[in-house]
Amino acid sequence: MAPPAPSHAGELQATSTDVDRQAKRVELSDVDLYYGDFHAVQNVTMTIQPNQVTALIGSSGCGKTTVLRSINRMHELTPGASVKGEISLDGQDIYGPAVDPVQVRRLIGMVFQAPNPFPTMSIYGNVAAGLTLNRRISKPDRDAIVERSLRGAHLWDEVKDRLDKQGSGLSGGQQQRLCIARAIAVEPEVLLMDEPCSALDPVATLAVEDLIRELKNRYTIVIVTHNMQQAARASDATAFFNLEESGKPGELVEIGPTDKIFTNPDKTATEDYVSGRFG
Amino acid sequence: MTDLSAQAGAQVPGLGGGRGGPALGPAAMRGGTLPSWGPYAVVLVSAAAVAGALLAFGNFTIALLLVINTVVATLVTYVWSRIVEGSRQATNRAVTMTIIAAFALAVVPLFSLLWEVIKRGAARFDLAFFTESARGVIGAGGGAEHAIVGTLVITGIAALISVPIGILAAVYLNEYGTGRLRRAITFFVDVMTGIPSIVAGLFAFALFALFLGPGIRLGIIGSIALSVLMIPIVIRSSEEILKIVPNHLREAAYALGTPKWKTIVKVVLPTALAGLVTGVMIAIARVIGETAPLLVTVGVIDTTNWNPFSGRMANLAVYAYDEYRNPGLEKAASYDRAWAAALTLIAIVVILNLIARFIYRRFGTEIR
Repeated sequence: MAPPAPSHAGELQATSTDVDRQAKRVELSDVDLYYGDFHAVQNVTMTIQPNQVTALIGSSGCGKTTVLRSINRMHELTPGASVKGEISLDGQDIYGPAVDPVQVRRLIGMVFQAPNPFPTMSIYGNVAAGLTLNRRISKPDRDAIVERSLRGAHLWDEVKDRLDKQGSGLSGGQQQRLCIARAIAVEPEVLLMDEPCSALDPVATLAVEDLIRELKNRYTIVIVTHNMQQAARASDATAFFNLEESGKPGELVEIGPTDKIFTNPDKTATEDYVSGRFG
Repeated sequence: MTDLSAQAGAQVPGLGGGRGGPALGPAAMRGGTLPSWGPYAVVLVSAAAVAGALLAFGNFTIALLLVINTVVATLVTYVWSRIVEGSRQATNRAVTMTIIAAFALAVVPLFSLLWEVIKRGAARFDLAFFTESARGVIGAGGGAEHAIVGTLVITGIAALISVPIGILAAVYLNEYGTGRLRRAITFFVDVMTGIPSIVAGLFAFALFALFLGPGIRLGIIGSIALSVLMIPIVIRSSEEILKIVPNHLREAAYALGTPKWKTIVKVVLPTALAGLVTGVMIAIARVIGETAPLLVTVGVIDTTNWNPFSGRMANLAVYAYDEYRNPGLEKAASYDRAWAAALTLIAIVVILNLIARFIYRRFGTEIR
């Protein structure tokens, strides 16, 4: 499970953003998620295809974010939270007994709903955070990775002259792209995004969506969204979650290619939801 | 008082309160308005009237004048404003004046104390005071160099002991602790916060007396006593600061594959740095003037001693107390030295605060 850490500058060139890369597949089978006694999500079985954008949609409280957080073992950080079932990354169980959750999170990165750059660090420091927090790396290598990540997040031209300024001085959309740059700087296999555009204006949202479409050439992307147009625009596959009534656990209704889910879904609940006929 | 005039100016375009009824046009937006000098005039006129009344009754004091005038001026302003401007503005003005009065009430003792200490301490706040000890001094002259050295050494060692323990304990309580152990520690920290300082002094004294024999007096014992007082303060303030570090920053670090300890060291503690430094400064300021525990643990001495592990050590608080309690041949000179010692203590606290602010500004945010 060692991350594909480039060890010198020559290899860095080989992994630049222009080159596509085979990312990894995520499989969930019979996953049940709990917060203490509360059964939040039941019986989720689905496959997230590599190098695709998979959108998780559904009404609030149906467990989309909980499922997302279980994929990189952030779910268990909530006191009392627990997981049943199996989640695997290219066939390897990430909840296996010998697996270190910290290693899992190096392979499966995450971007959060609200932009959360580290306030004590500069723009450069934020992007380099995952590198410097985790291992020793020479300064030229680090500079190269920071530039590549910022270019990858379409932020380089806007910030290249003020890399040593605070990240919190950027606009909301820039901050979110900074967080994406920070997440891809550690070269994860999978990128989880929890409503990454809900705090952004339409222009910034468009910029991030373009970025997401591009990033799938290198990463497997899972995105939680409340915006169905966004799911339709940006994703290849869509998974619809629902819960029968509040207090019951949420469940996966169906997953399929985005075109199919939005035009000809198998279940009526999905059709009601995507057509806006739903509570 | 500038706030009041700003308030009054800002009220001009305000809506006419509840008096106007459904009147139309721009005139309806403008109720009557007190002139901007109105509240000041009320304060001055009522001050004159109250002073006259107090003089007539023959018990004039400044304090009495201030208290009665605050009440009278607030009432008069309220009534005047209510007649001219309506009840909402009147309430606003009355509350504003009450808040200003409460603020003044809070800072007047502070400034009064500072003024008194500076006035009386200035007499001996000279070079000799900082360069000479009290050795052999029985009349005028001499200084408090020995006490300043002692205060710095004793408090410094106390801080060296307390800050790491306190911050690490706070990290445990906030980041790791769960269940019964956490609750127990929190409870005992709360109890320790309330320990009378003399008890801490007696504890440290008794502890060392067990090993080194009765009657032992060392600087380090004083440091231990002070750290007993300091640790709970540092824990409490650090814990509160760590609590307000947003959780999404921790999650951001975890999502990058950062281990928990490194998240705490590289993200949580730097984010909380300003608050932690402030908490430590408050704790130091709280113990630097302690007298009772040092009286029993480090004793009284006239000569300079840099070594906390050997012999008695003077310190400013005990020095000031001793100059008052046992003045030399010239009482006035002793009293002057006591006040100068008090002034020095305050100056040290101010300087420490300035240094803390400087450190934070300079190093508080990590660049690159």
